[in-house]
Amino acid sequence: MTSRFESVFLFVVARAMVPLIQVFAFYVITHGHYSPGGGFQGGVMLAASIILLRVSMGDESYERFPREAGIVIAGFGALAFALLGFMSMLFGGNFLEYALAVPGMGADELRYWGIFFAEVFIGFLVWGALVAIYDALETGGVE
Amino acid sequence: MKLFAIILIGILAGFVIWGTNDLPERGDPGSPASTGVSTYYIENAYTDSKTPNMVTAVLADYRGFDTFGEAVVVVAAGLSCLLILLRRRRREDGTEGGLFSQADAEKAARMAAGKGLYGDDT
Repeated sequence: MTSRFESVFLFVVARAMVPLIQVFAFYVITHGHYSPGGGFQGGVMLAASIILLRVSMGDESYERFPREAGIVIAGFGALAFALLGFMSMLFGGNFLEYALAVPGMGADELRYWGIFFAEVFIGFLVWGALVAIYDALETGGVE
Repeated sequence: MKLFAIILIGILAGFVIWGTNDLPERGDPGSPASTGVSTYYIENAYTDSKTPNMVTAVLADYRGFDTFGEAVVVVAAGLSCLLILLRRRRREDGTEGGLFSQADAEKAARMAAGKGLYGDDT
């Protein structure tokens, strides 16, 4: 287990940086349609913000983001992505075809929102998986 | 032996450089990479999915199944790290415990109850 390294600068700078990194990560995920980026990149940035908390705050960060949360978030992302894929099969499309029968929306608009939710779920998945890997490596199985 | 390795690398590098002569020109519209399905993506990505970023349209729509596989690989890597690195703890009565300690489970329960995610529980 790591303990908090008593450095005021590290602590203050990390606390100031983490929200900014997270806001930019959400921007990268949700603007995957218009700019470089998407779920994978934004998820990595979200994971980086959590790992910065872990490095700078030590044990205190486990109260803010518990160790179990990583793999739970990753599993939620994977399950939601799979369900999004199967959902179009219910309406007669192929896997991940986003051919849902929502009235008043054209096929292109459905694909637009399908891509959006796919990116969001990929973001969750990468975020959780990377944090889980970091936590497993950091504690090394000893407690 | 070291000299042999250097000569071998030199010969193989020569073959590779020789092989690049047969590659198509950069941006050649008649090259195999430009005559396949990529022209369809370039022409129809916006009208099909209203997505200006063609890369995103290919990644999440046309090649969605491939992306799904990549994502599952990431989750599998996380799960394997947890399963390999986190040891199961023994409870006091000697039975197999979970992957996480009691304190961690209590923290997670507090988080699930909407308390203590950020700051103290005041």
